[in-house]
Amino acid sequence: MSDKTTLKYTPEHEWLEIDGDIATVGITDYAADKLGDVVFVELPAVDSELASGTVVGEIESTKSVGELFAPVNGSVVEANAAVVDDSALVNSDPFGDGWLIKVRFTELPSNLLSWDEYSALVGE
Amino acid sequence: MSDPVPERTSPLAAVHSELGASFTDFAGWQMPVRYTSDLAEHAAVRSAAGIFDLSHMAEILVYGRDAGRFLDFALAGRLSSIDVLQAKYSLLLTEAGGILDDVVVYRLGDTTYLVVANAGNRDAAAAALSERAAGFEVTVDDQSDDYALIAVQGPNSRIILEQTTGFSELSVPLDELRYYRATDGFFNGVPLIIARTGYTGEDGFELYLRADAAVLLWRALEEAGEAHGLVPAGLASRDTLRLEAGMPLYGHELGTETFPVQAALGRVVALSKEGDFVGRAAVEAGPADDARVLVGLTAEGRRAGRAGYPVMSGDAEVGTVTSGALSPTLGHPIMMAYVDPAASTPGTELAVDVRGTRIPATVTTLPFYRREK
Repeated sequence: MSDKTTLKYTPEHEWLEIDGDIATVGITDYAADKLGDVVFVELPAVDSELASGTVVGEIESTKSVGELFAPVNGSVVEANAAVVDDSALVNSDPFGDGWLIKVRFTELPSNLLSWDEYSALVGE
Repeated sequence: MSDPVPERTSPLAAVHSELGASFTDFAGWQMPVRYTSDLAEHAAVRSAAGIFDLSHMAEILVYGRDAGRFLDFALAGRLSSIDVLQAKYSLLLTEAGGILDDVVVYRLGDTTYLVVANAGNRDAAAAALSERAAGFEVTVDDQSDDYALIAVQGPNSRIILEQTTGFSELSVPLDELRYYRATDGFFNGVPLIIARTGYTGEDGFELYLRADAAVLLWRALEEAGEAHGLVPAGLASRDTLRLEAGMPLYGHELGTETFPVQAALGRVVALSKEGDFVGRAAVEAGPADDARVLVGLTAEGRRAGRAGYPVMSGDAEVGTVTSGALSPTLGHPIMMAYVDPAASTPGTELAVDVRGTRIPATVTTLPFYRREK
């Protein structure tokens, strides 16, 4: 499980772990809790090009449908097959085994939030 | 700018917080949506038991010499003929034959009834009843703020209630209480009503009592339920449970634009009863022949159509989904939808447009799930 305090966040409740030009992306525990039990995850295909801010996947719970927004411009280098097979990982380990995609990016957007800023946003 | 509507909280709010509930806004109320997991709470109700706080529901007392005759006029059913401590599902219709609310009516005495309405329709239901009371010797008394409602649902619910301490002077022993019947009595000296009713498709009970006694009752039920798998269950599981049981939800399957017959509730309207009732002429005239009707849809995979998604037959849009979810019990998507009569025959192959993807779906009869008796 990643150290939440070192990650970057989007206002759409996604986290990014930056390693060189690769960003690992998942949704936060706050988002997972709000969704309820996740029963279906659809992720973008490897090599697909992502445009920051667009919807690139879906995270569906018994109660509602959440969207996965691309947090950066880039191309998908890996999609987490384990979470597609067992979508409950999004609830049980959102910062670990429940990660969603790895994206090779050229530039990070300037509007990413720190842990403190994200915590303030969700009121924790 | 107007002041925001104050958020209403249940008398059990502190208990829910202590239990770690997540809350949701429901008709202006802050109510528990889940405690741990929607799926676990759903499964517990199917296999053991769940305890729900339904204190947001509206309780409207109707009493007076004409109470039965009045309800025969104000509602679609024949309420004057039900027994004391019998319950009946009924509809509050508009003059135009649409559904203003769906209600459960309990006869508490010869001239006293309790009408339980949906939280979101509390004001509309109370106002309609009050307006319709003109000319009858009857009092319509909205007591929603004073009542708590706790439901215990699931196969173990009877043994849990039997082992709950504090009940006394029950007019009907719990093991003799039939479905859609109620008993009155006391809990720790506070008057209460226990009804064998519910909204989950399981055996279960709904307990009405004064709001200030709700916490003690909840604790007593939890204590008795501990050995029988009772878990607190939130509104998210309640929604998937009622969907599996094919039970309509106001605002989804029911509304003022919907005639009872479209929602397969024609049997709830007592056209044979004597005298006029609100909506009678419109219901007798009926909706148009091509008015859409409620059906069940089942699909494969894990993606369900949600409320508002189009139902397709080939390239033609033939209906709209009103509720949908991946059924936790059945493991495949289930949906309720209004479709054109020509597309409503069980077995008809249709498709649901799930955000641009066509999901094949088959028309089926409701309910999706029926408990073994």
